Amino acid sequence: MAAERKTGEILLEAKNLVKEFPLANSRRGKQVVHAVSGVNLKIYEGETLALVGESGCGKSTLGRTLIRLLPATSGTLEFKGADITAMKEREFAQYRRQMQLIFQDPYASLNPRMNVKEIIAEPLTTYGLAKDKSDLERQVKELMGEVGIPAEFINRYPHQFSGGQRQRIGIARAIALRPKLIVCDEPVSALDVSIQSQVLNLLKDLQDQYGLTYLFISHDLSVVKFIADRVCVMFLGMVCEVGDTDSLYETPLHPYTRFLLEAIPKADPRLRNEEKELLTGEIPSPVNPPSGCRFHTRCPYAKEICRREAPPAKQVGERQVFCHFPLEG
Amino acid sequence: MDMKEEMALQIRDLKSHFFTSKGVVPAVDGVSIDVPPGRIIGLVGESGCGKSMTAMSVMGLLRHPGKIVGGTILLEGRDITHLSKRERSKVRGNEISMIFQEPMTSLNPVYPVGRQVQEAILLHQKVTKEEAKQRVIDIFKEVGIPEPEKRYYSYPHQLSGGLRQRVMIGMAMVCRPKVMIADEPTTALDVTIEAQILRLMKRLRDELGTSIILITHNMGVVAEVCDYVYVMYAGNVMEQAETFELFERTEHPYTQGLLKSIPKLDGKEDRLYTIEGVVPNLLHLPKGCNFCNRCDQTVEKCFVEKPELYETREGHKVRCFRYEGGVKA
Repeated sequence: MAAERKTGEILLEAKNLVKEFPLANSRRGKQVVHAVSGVNLKIYEGETLALVGESGCGKSTLGRTLIRLLPATSGTLEFKGADITAMKEREFAQYRRQMQLIFQDPYASLNPRMNVKEIIAEPLTTYGLAKDKSDLERQVKELMGEVGIPAEFINRYPHQFSGGQRQRIGIARAIALRPKLIVCDEPVSALDVSIQSQVLNLLKDLQDQYGLTYLFISHDLSVVKFIADRVCVMFLGMVCEVGDTDSLYETPLHPYTRFLLEAIPKADPRLRNEEKELLTGEIPSPVNPPSGCRFHTRCPYAKEICRREAPPAKQVGERQVFCHFPLEG
Repeated sequence: MDMKEEMALQIRDLKSHFFTSKGVVPAVDGVSIDVPPGRIIGLVGESGCGKSMTAMSVMGLLRHPGKIVGGTILLEGRDITHLSKRERSKVRGNEISMIFQEPMTSLNPVYPVGRQVQEAILLHQKVTKEEAKQRVIDIFKEVGIPEPEKRYYSYPHQLSGGLRQRVMIGMAMVCRPKVMIADEPTTALDVTIEAQILRLMKRLRDELGTSIILITHNMGVVAEVCDYVYVMYAGNVMEQAETFELFERTEHPYTQGLLKSIPKLDGKEDRLYTIEGVVPNLLHLPKGCNFCNRCDQTVEKCFVEKPELYETREGHKVRCFRYEGGVKA
């Protein structure tokens, strides 16, 4: 599954994308949070691209900037070849409906005062996609069926559902407009394991059925292994490594990727390793990111040049790695 | 497990129920747990299984409408099930301590962290303020906080999540308790930081002989650090075994399902195994086994009677009729 890219078309491309947030009331003059710093990324039609990294690495910000929920500070965004970076809202509307978002917290992302019908119908009415009331209800029921919520619950409110069911409602809302791209921002991190697997299977089924493209943001590398065709590893606003899931897990080329993979507690006590090398230290501040390679303060292999110069992209087969001294493949 | 007098903590047939307006919720319903000295005991299960409520009962932290309605809790043979406020405060934080998932909410934001740890010492031990301060700095060093003298004066918001959890562990360990309960201590942390904290807990077990009850939903964490595991579901222990035994010879259908639902890091699956349905409402538990409505291995008896814990090998017990009499039917 992972190796074959379903189609070759680029759906969304970011070129040198930068997102900075100014810090309010900082005493030391104008400071900014460097959330995303010069990211180049291509998302292919029909694939699942995972964005992984630790908290504060900018993966959620990147996800939102890519679909213009946040305005980019600089850089360009192209959706199917059309430059959407600074497009007027009126013109952009036809693109916006092709890009949807699924949120992490199913408790916070559904309006508690709206029932399921209103929640799922909202995007449909906004874009005038229903002929009349009965048509709207038919469409809502159809969507509920697709995500596995019984149609008789149509008048229920979010608090009457479990976390997993709420996440399904959020998914129904996201697919209502038949989008091309769905940004899934940690869609299963708030769910129990047994529910998590149900939702992941559902996402996969919907992708097969509608040829959806997913940008799957997650910190959970086992979930990513299951769902993603390609993975992009981020550290402090910058890309470390991008490549096909299986080969990236097999032979990580960036030291950070390797540490990340090794740090996961494996559900098999025989794989315990008391001696395994752990990353020391903490994640540096995105307000004052380290010079050169931003990972150098935690990297055990860092040399002089890593402190001085940001590593350029190196192409190793299909893999792209941003490191002065990539690991042996 | 005999030699009962040697257990650091023994929970015998604990029942903690919540008396709500809708009825009695049996959050913990006859749980027995043995904690030998110098061991890490895992309590694992999904949300609502009663793992945290078991811990709160041990700590005497159950709030109205929750109440311990049966069973005993023995700390080194001494009954601590029902203590007066005064007696309780001598035990809590001194002989048994607890750390929580989100260290930010457990620390007071308006006092330096060092002072908060110092307070724990002054409360339980007859030492001068100066001696107590030195002890704080020593324990900070022990739990791996860099620049402990400086960190003594830091406020919680000035520390990262990982450092805050280290402060909490320091506070929990400073009076050298016999038992530390850690409730999802790494769930809010990034994987590289999680690995550091798990290693620290193992070190405390080995060097100080502290017994740790580790509450988690993550089977990876269990496999990585626990010596013995209790799997809980809807207020009951469903399976208990030594960690290697549990993973090698998983017997309960629920434990099997939990392990199968986790996406694997090696190999590629097309679909994930799912446990159908949702956790039952504790107000309306099934008549038979609590897991019968989600189980894929039921026999007729499962729907009419509640199974007991059957011992299948030494130290391995399963609450499932298929193992009645100790052998698989």
